[in-house]
Amino acid sequence: MTDPSAREDIPITADEDVVRVRQVVRAYAQRAKLGLVDQTKLVTATSELARNTLIYGGGGTATVRLVTEGRRQGVSARFHDEGPGIPDTELALTDGWTSGGGMGLGLSGARRLVDEFELDTEAGRGTTVTVVKWSR
Amino acid sequence: MERIPILKIGDVLLASIQIDLQDRDVLALQEDLAERISETGAHGVILDITAVDIVDSFIGRMFATIAATSRLFDAHTVVVGMRPAVAITLVELGLTLGEVRTALDLEKGLAILAELGEQAPR
Repeated sequence: MTDPSAREDIPITADEDVVRVRQVVRAYAQRAKLGLVDQTKLVTATSELARNTLIYGGGGTATVRLVTEGRRQGVSARFHDEGPGIPDTELALTDGWTSGGGMGLGLSGARRLVDEFELDTEAGRGTTVTVVKWSR
Repeated sequence: MERIPILKIGDVLLASIQIDLQDRDVLALQEDLAERISETGAHGVILDITAVDIVDSFIGRMFATIAATSRLFDAHTVVVGMRPAVAITLVELGLTLGEVRTALDLEKGLAILAELGEQAPR
């Protein structure tokens, strides 16, 4: 991509970075002309994922991009950490399952709020989650 | 970190959230409210989220925890002013708010608390 503003990397190392991710994703969602409900769904999903990166991944990076497909515009957000990884992804995507103190809605809930969801992880190799929400 | 101010109106405590909530703001609010309820003997808590543009599972869990804690002090909690987009998102996320009551606005929230106060003679 040649337009430098069509992509932003946000390091996630502390609480306030989760808020920063929400703000950047919101701005991109507005640029991609997502409706208010879709903006809210995407921002909420990325808030969950950023917190996972911080708490379970021990920190990492979020990469937010504008994406296009034909006439559709959308926002892609990728969360990468080099933490312990997820040994059982099926279990981790189950509602109510949690390895921490949460409600177990982070991953499974985030998946329901977006149009595309990709989870790439392996025990000991870190975790990358990529989500996309398209304008309608 | 910013402290969310807690106002007292009669025997109701009002916390109006006007900032982008960090997780630690949320935890601080939880603690501050528990302290103020036990200090004041308030019978109701209103969380005004008119200005809150997202509620994720952590923030939602805080509402449920505040409500459960309030019950231990014989107080009820009402969340008011939830935006429609937030409500739709919460349902899809799969989050239920436990003992938390919700009302459209502050006025209706206060009415619910008054009603709950009458039902349970104290």
